[in-house]
Amino acid sequence: METYYNPEDLKKFGTIGEFQKELADRFFSYYGAVFADGALTAREKSLIALAVAHTVQCPYCIDAYTTDTLEKGCTEAEMMEAVHVAAAIRGGSSLVHGVQMMNKVKELSM
Amino acid sequence: MKSLRASGHQLAGTETQLQLLHQVVTDQLKLPLFHEKLETAGLFPLRPVETAVFQVNVGRMCNQVCRHCHVDAGPDRREIMTRDTMQQCLDALARTDIPTVDLTGGAPEMNPHFRWFVEEIRALGRRVMVRCNLTIIVSNPKYHDLPDFFRRHEVEVVSSLPFYNADKTDRQRGKGVFEDSIKALRMLNAVGYGMPDSDLRLHLVYNPAGAFLPGTQEGLKRQFQRVLLDEFGIRFNDLYAITNLPISRYLDFLISTGNYRGYMEKLITAFNPAAAAGVMCRHTISVSWDGFLYDCDFNQMLDLKVAGAVQHVRDFDPEALSRRTVVINQHCYGCTAGAGSSCGGTTA
Repeated sequence: METYYNPEDLKKFGTIGEFQKELADRFFSYYGAVFADGALTAREKSLIALAVAHTVQCPYCIDAYTTDTLEKGCTEAEMMEAVHVAAAIRGGSSLVHGVQMMNKVKELSM
Repeated sequence: MKSLRASGHQLAGTETQLQLLHQVVTDQLKLPLFHEKLETAGLFPLRPVETAVFQVNVGRMCNQVCRHCHVDAGPDRREIMTRDTMQQCLDALARTDIPTVDLTGGAPEMNPHFRWFVEEIRALGRRVMVRCNLTIIVSNPKYHDLPDFFRRHEVEVVSSLPFYNADKTDRQRGKGVFEDSIKALRMLNAVGYGMPDSDLRLHLVYNPAGAFLPGTQEGLKRQFQRVLLDEFGIRFNDLYAITNLPISRYLDFLISTGNYRGYMEKLITAFNPAAAAGVMCRHTISVSWDGFLYDCDFNQMLDLKVAGAVQHVRDFDPEALSRRTVVINQHCYGCTAGAGSSCGGTTA
């Protein structure tokens, strides 16, 4: 194994059933249902997936959902705004812990 | 920007394109050839069904030079159908009951005999569809009355608009194309095209502005309808999502951007037997500017004429053509991927 991530491996996602078919089948069935049009459109779900892909920093997911959002007719601006949502939540989640730091400072300080 | 033909590009040669397509499937990807895929679906040899569409490419001249164009059309192309060849088309049509004539190009309206041809086809009682690039309507005052001409002859207008904003549309079709397309769509709406309670049909053609497949036709239609109505006040009837086929200028784009192998792999692995059963070449006859017959407009651009003795419209013989085998090659994977693709949108 020369690298941990290989773009070719994304195409092999479906083969995870080789080691545990039943759970893989259930996962892919669930996955398909999640991304179908529902209360949210498939297009909206794809943009959410793109944002989450950046949050979990999964290169496979970023590759897959960049293509998927393009296929669903999203604009580059919509895609980048989705990434900013992920960045804002990640940044915000760090910053909001600043309150914890401040609480501790105030607890310890004269 | 010049056409591939005018710039002496190697991809202007159809043999080169066919060799490249064969090589990527067999040598690089080591995947089945198209006829082998059809065999697995029980569809080889591919046979025609009743002909529903008589498609006529009246010339390769166009006012635009789009980056994805499978015709390699542009202002520098001079291949134009003569009135004599149009008459041969009319004579052929008169011997059949084919209900629909689909006029394409280039920009078909640039053919000097275009309006006469439309009138004669309508006189035969056939439905006429015209593949209008929209910008032709505003390109020159002599075309400004096209919407009214279409209305008077009840022509169905099928218009290319690859995206609902200027950025992506202009990247594919040229600077200023989106703005001119919006002007033309407003002119079509103004005479009744695409409007509620109107019989004048206006359809848009979406094709991806890049190396990816179209999403669902219904989802794209919803998005186009929402944005075009909210932002531009434009209405249309249907949206046809068309996959870019890997030939001509789009093939050049794929190769020059390093996307060729990946795109072909995507097309082949997305082969859908249901889409293959519904391919348009089974119910279409395509006539070139010089009167030769093909199974579709893509075969026409690869110079893959219909199989059999009858190869020119002057010899048109519906009975003989109904017994032909559809000519296929590796570009056909573009019409069988996912939900399928045809000049009328998805097929599965």
